[in-house]
Amino acid sequence: MVDKITIENLSLQYSDGTESLRGVTMGIRQNAVTVLFGPAGGGKSTLLRCLNRLNDLTEIKSSTGRILIDGENILDPKTDVIALRRKVGMVFARPVPLPMSIRANITYALELAGEKRRSKLDEAVERSLKLAAIWEEVKDRLNDPAVALSGGQQQRICLARVIALQPQIILLDEPTSGLDPISTGKVEAALLELKKEYTVILVPHSIQQAARTADHAAFFLTGELIEYAEGRQMFTTPKQKKTEDYIMGRFG
Amino acid sequence: MMTKFLSRNRHTVQRLGFSAITVMALFTVLPIIGTITFILVKGGSAISLDFLSGFPHDGMRAGGILPAIVGTLYLTLGTAFFSVPLGIAAAIYLAEYAKENRWTRLIRLAIINLAGIPSVVYGLFGLGLFVLFLQFGTSILAASLTLSIMTLPVIISTSEEALRAVPQAFRTVSISLGATRWQTISRIILKEALPGILTGVILGLERAAGETAPILFTGAAFFLPQLPQSPFDATMALPYHLFVISTQVPEMPIQIQYGTALVLLVFVLTMNVIATVIRSRARAKRQW
Repeated sequence: MVDKITIENLSLQYSDGTESLRGVTMGIRQNAVTVLFGPAGGGKSTLLRCLNRLNDLTEIKSSTGRILIDGENILDPKTDVIALRRKVGMVFARPVPLPMSIRANITYALELAGEKRRSKLDEAVERSLKLAAIWEEVKDRLNDPAVALSGGQQQRICLARVIALQPQIILLDEPTSGLDPISTGKVEAALLELKKEYTVILVPHSIQQAARTADHAAFFLTGELIEYAEGRQMFTTPKQKKTEDYIMGRFG
Repeated sequence: MMTKFLSRNRHTVQRLGFSAITVMALFTVLPIIGTITFILVKGGSAISLDFLSGFPHDGMRAGGILPAIVGTLYLTLGTAFFSVPLGIAAAIYLAEYAKENRWTRLIRLAIINLAGIPSVVYGLFGLGLFVLFLQFGTSILAASLTLSIMTLPVIISTSEEALRAVPQAFRTVSISLGATRWQTISRIILKEALPGILTGVILGLERAAGETAPILFTGAAFFLPQLPQSPFDATMALPYHLFVISTQVPEMPIQIQYGTALVLLVFVLTMNVIATVIRSRARAKRQW
């Protein structure tokens, strides 16, 4: 097993003084689900947003450290962020289908990337919708507006939209927080499929979900990485007192 | 005793309140309906094919108002030509690119103040800058530019508002999918904001079409025997023509005055209706 991503001493502070990261160092494995969990404000989302440089949209006071993906420091100002974001896809907490058809939602990023061939686009639509476990539900109405779908379906469309770009890393920021248990189950099942091909980093919406999905788990508290271990070990025999307290529900 | 009655009969009080508000709402609509009916009654008889397609003659006391209609059309199109691209570009800058700092606050302040300047001042400014300094002469070009400056604040502020109303999440998602800022704007944001922008554009142009003072010194002609041939010609225009035949020509038949007013009113109201239709259609189709 190799580390796809290496985070070295990463610190970050937002201009408005909210959630920040303090000296985070960790490696993230390829073809595995790595879960980042902990109470709100711990820095999980911030870390995700560093990995695809989405933090560029936010005012940042200071940031130091390095993030190496395949050995390249993506925080370098010379990084091609467009290429980076095609390589590192992201699914957000609230499903946000773009105001267009289901099909156009999937092909949007591909067309921006320069793919014009109809056959390639159709292929990508089918492949990614299947991987996101939504193909059977929408294959007959690809031209309907994506907002007409239910929340759970929308979120899987958003997942398919990311898969269509054939990224190497998929970031998911509480992707099931607004979904019912059945939809959640479908998304989680899709994640298990996905990790065969991709590196998956998930901020779960509950500890149960963390325990269900994690190959590796990292516990964050107020911007610091408290404990990082294999999922099974983390949720049965955590080493740190703080981790144990959190998992046992003593604070949150 | 009164307070006791009121506290015991909440439903009666509510009904009374609603009735009062309804009556007040009706009162605000009355002047508009009154004006339209009045002009329709007084000027309706003047409207005929000859009136709409003929030139004025007998010292404007007879004949039609074609040159004024065409002139207003030219001025409106000319204003649109300058103010629409500039206004939308400014709105995109302010809503999508500009950071909140002293510089953008200054721009916003300037826009607000621009909106508050009396239209006759624009007229004088246009006379100084376009007619005299840039030597465009009294012309459609100079008048359109003057009207454009006056229209810009409306277009900029409504367009900026329309752009800002598009959910932020669309931008975040689009950027996260590897789109550039401009691709996001051109492919998603502008399309979603378009109905709002169009509404603002039409309302701005509508105001320009009805204005007299800004074109008074910059492009409006008292009387012209033929239609303008180029942007450097002066032109007759409905609002100015109305002013002329109402105040400058003795023994003017009253139905020609009201007929002209009616045509101007229909021109402006039509634009208004178009704006309303665009808005309500877009609202029904909107996906957020």
